[in-house]
Amino acid sequence: MWFLSGEPNQTTIQKAVDAFGSSNPDNKIAVTYFQNDAYKTKIKTAIGAGQAPTIVYGWGGGTLKTYAEANQVEDLTSWFEANPDLKNKFFPASFGAATVNGKIYALPNQYVAPIVLFYNKELFEKAGVQPPKTWDDIMSLVKTFNDMGVAPFSLGGQSRWTSMMWLEYLLDRIGGADVFKAIFEGQPNAWMDPAVIETGTKIQELVSADGFIKGFSSITADSKADQALLFTGKAAMLLQGSWTYGPMKKEGQNFVQDGKLGFVTFPTIPGGKGDPKNGVGNPAQYMSISAKATDKEKETAKKFFKDGIMTETVIDAYINSGSVPIVNGIEDKLATSPDKDFLNFVYDLAKNAPNFQQSWDQALSPTAAEALLNNIDQLFLKSITPQQFAENMNATLGK
Amino acid sequence: MSSTTTHRAATASRKIEQTGQQKSALAWLTVPALIFFVVFALAPLVGVLVLSFANWDGIGAIGAAGLENWSSVLSDPGLYNALGLTFLIMIVSWLVQTPISLLLGVFTAGTQRYRAALAVLYFLPLLLSSAAVAIAYKALLDPNFGLAVGLGLPFLAQDWLGVPQLALGLVIFVIAWQFVPFHTLIYQGGVRQIPKSLYEAAQIDGAGIIKQFFHITLPQLKYTIITSSTLMVVGSLTYFDLIFVLTGGGPGNSTRILALDMYLRGFRANLMGPASVIAVILVVIGLVLALFLQRLGGKDKQGSQLEGL
Repeated sequence: MWFLSGEPNQTTIQKAVDAFGSSNPDNKIAVTYFQNDAYKTKIKTAIGAGQAPTIVYGWGGGTLKTYAEANQVEDLTSWFEANPDLKNKFFPASFGAATVNGKIYALPNQYVAPIVLFYNKELFEKAGVQPPKTWDDIMSLVKTFNDMGVAPFSLGGQSRWTSMMWLEYLLDRIGGADVFKAIFEGQPNAWMDPAVIETGTKIQELVSADGFIKGFSSITADSKADQALLFTGKAAMLLQGSWTYGPMKKEGQNFVQDGKLGFVTFPTIPGGKGDPKNGVGNPAQYMSISAKATDKEKETAKKFFKDGIMTETVIDAYINSGSVPIVNGIEDKLATSPDKDFLNFVYDLAKNAPNFQQSWDQALSPTAAEALLNNIDQLFLKSITPQQFAENMNATLGK
Repeated sequence: MSSTTTHRAATASRKIEQTGQQKSALAWLTVPALIFFVVFALAPLVGVLVLSFANWDGIGAIGAAGLENWSSVLSDPGLYNALGLTFLIMIVSWLVQTPISLLLGVFTAGTQRYRAALAVLYFLPLLLSSAAVAIAYKALLDPNFGLAVGLGLPFLAQDWLGVPQLALGLVIFVIAWQFVPFHTLIYQGGVRQIPKSLYEAAQIDGAGIIKQFFHITLPQLKYTIITSSTLMVVGSLTYFDLIFVLTGGGPGNSTRILALDMYLRGFRANLMGPASVIAVILVVIGLVLALFLQRLGGKDKQGSQLEGL
């Protein structure tokens, strides 16, 4: 099995694998860890070369679809039917991105990870301002913090999917969930929706107002520099996945423990059609079984899926690191956690969202996703106009 | 005396008898190299050529695409951007690296004090892997946590990798930093081959150091310059690891050179067909450039530069 490096999840998964190994000495699982951005390429290449690990970790959606259509991953539908307890253990919404053409190809696991707007409470107090509720608030906060000599928003722009989160929320708030739905379904001219162009315009407005930290386009998310900018007080706000809470708690020198980390949902846009309760992010993480694995390996993987991956210990470990596991009936556990404010916030966001949009780069096919990330990068650099962005993306529909 | 002569004659006749055998034996000796060449160079080349006419996402089945990949890639402005950047980096790198490594090579070939100690320092970058170099530079140049901020030097705290022009310049600088030591080594070897007598004669004729450099060192290094330039120019087509780690082709597409463009198309966007088209273009450019540089050596390539000595 291959997994992502980085704490606290690396320890959690290693413990789970070790525990599974000691109770199943005949079916041990070996894990290799990779950095996020590197992994995404590595796994694709390995699957194409028929060298995939037995357990294929991923984010479901468009990438999983290419694997499923090439018969590279096992169809788990009947296995889930035979194990209804397991299927009912998880949030029903988490199966959406695991399903291709009505069949389930992956086990949802880990936690739900919406994108949230983090902010540095200390800086907000110092400036005497409130977290943003609308786009106008954002623009006025940008001015306030720039005057203070603090960057308004931190952003790991070289990773590109970090910039994408801004578009995901803006498009949803401006045009509602249907705009991306049309894009996802590949409807003709779906990218040419006026909401897409307004999204691009808003982005460039924010870039022009120095909304993002100087040098954002050379900062990577893998190095966690975007998080460090927030907790060292060099930037006031950060739009990032809820998964950054754990690392910030661990590495932020008591920034989180001292209650200096604030979090709100993404602001509304005046005149926008989207429901302000809508969320975007990862509904779960996913594990599939390689079709190329031997029968024994497949059995071991299924056993691990059933008994090893989401045990009580693992669930507790996720909660302790500030994540909401995708398991039903965890309200009590969340309520007694020291991180209950954040956990309940994430839980409510995920649960109450009328639409929880999966991250675009995962939902779309790899070909369209790469074009998207490349065009987003150029949009943030202002080397293309919102109109060009929409046109370039429109050309990728159906690819 | 006569016995030696007969012995020599005997050896000679034996040699003539052996030549036929030796030739076939020598031919057999090339087989391992030939196998490696076919398996690791020719076969992938043919494979890529075939793939450039195919539809393949790297995972599923391979289907025929006809000329579709070629027409889509050739009409893509991204290709010309990548081509332009590749040649720009190639030319500027050559212009930057050649004089520096030539002068350093001449210097390290001399006998000045501390020369050995300095030479060791110059060669250090040669020992580091590209990925390590890229990661180190990235950390040093970080606009918020980098060296310039740490030392309080605001003029150095530019967004080196975030502004298109700066990023391109920086890429060229880091490439030079990494490869100048290698070319210095080549030039050092070249300079040491130049016979001392040439310089002694020049000194007697009253030529100064600068005249000696332009009239002896430089002409004598003709083939060294061609070798080093070939390596630089053809090598610049394959700069990939360094740029990939340093900028990932960004910001935007401002450092997306051909080799990187190929990788991103093939392995990120799962478009193996178009990526293969670019691979073929790369091979053709590389071959043409290498041939051209060899031609520059002139027709008297086999001729000696040491005639009359």
